[in-house]
Amino acid sequence: MDLGPHAVFIWASYGAFVLILMLLIGWIWIDGRRQARALADADRRGLKRRSAGTVKDAP
Amino acid sequence: MAFSGAILPWVAAASVLLIAYAMYLIFFVAPPDYQQGETVKIMYIHVPSAWLALGGYAIIALSSFGLLVFRHPLADVSAKAAAPIGAAFTLAALITGSLWGKPMWGTYWVWDARLTSVLMLFFLYLGLIALRSSLEDEALASKLTAVLALVGVSVLPIIKFSVDWWNTLHQPSTGFTSTVDASMRTPLLISAFGFLLLFIALHLKAMQNEIMRRRVKAMRVAEVERGDRLMSAGAE
Repeated sequence: MDLGPHAVFIWASYGAFVLILMLLIGWIWIDGRRQARALADADRRGLKRRSAGTVKDAP
Repeated sequence: MAFSGAILPWVAAASVLLIAYAMYLIFFVAPPDYQQGETVKIMYIHVPSAWLALGGYAIIALSSFGLLVFRHPLADVSAKAAAPIGAAFTLAALITGSLWGKPMWGTYWVWDARLTSVLMLFFLYLGLIALRSSLEDEALASKLTAVLALVGVSVLPIIKFSVDWWNTLHQPSTGFTSTVDASMRTPLLISAFGFLLLFIALHLKAMQNEIMRRRVKAMRVAEVERGDRLMSAGAE
């Protein structure tokens, strides 16, 4: 594929664009896994939100 | 969460397919421009990035309005989730525009109204993110960020009309129904639609993450309060 005399600018643009999107997607994906793990951990420990109903062991 | 969880894979898959098809059209079908040559290929990612930079901020502004006026909790989640995504597309627009400018204008950067106002938009995004993360009180952070977002919305018409109001090096809006030939307009629109779907998918996912984060925080707060109650009951 011949992109002419300015090929380096075209490839640099697409490279930077892909890099930015990959960092963004990776960050959101990793954050999602971290939050899902934290939520599963909280569920496992039996934690409940105040809105989840009466807490059995409350006085 | 259930609704966004159900549509998220479909939106993400559609965005991947559309972007892949757009890349095929851009690199194997679309002709070089009679003036820009092959450098016009940068436009197929620069223009959608710029549209989504503005669109992302519009989402934040609408969400902020929803938070301040209707006090809808999801509005704040939406505003918070959209900020880094909008910032990323703004940065992409700035970098790709700069890399297009060097061979076409002979310079990476000029302080003209369009470029400067988009740079301001990028700093506004960073300001929103920084303001929110600098305050521990989440409710206060939400309100202050929403106010800043609504004040900053004035930059959107400045960006949009800067090329009409001032004499800028950046060319005026082409208007994709008028002068752009279909052989270039079609890949541009498919690319834009693909990246729009990607933005939506990322926004939905980031909103899910934020909702989970708030649930975990609410659970931990409730646990601490329950412990406090038990301790005070034991002391009595």
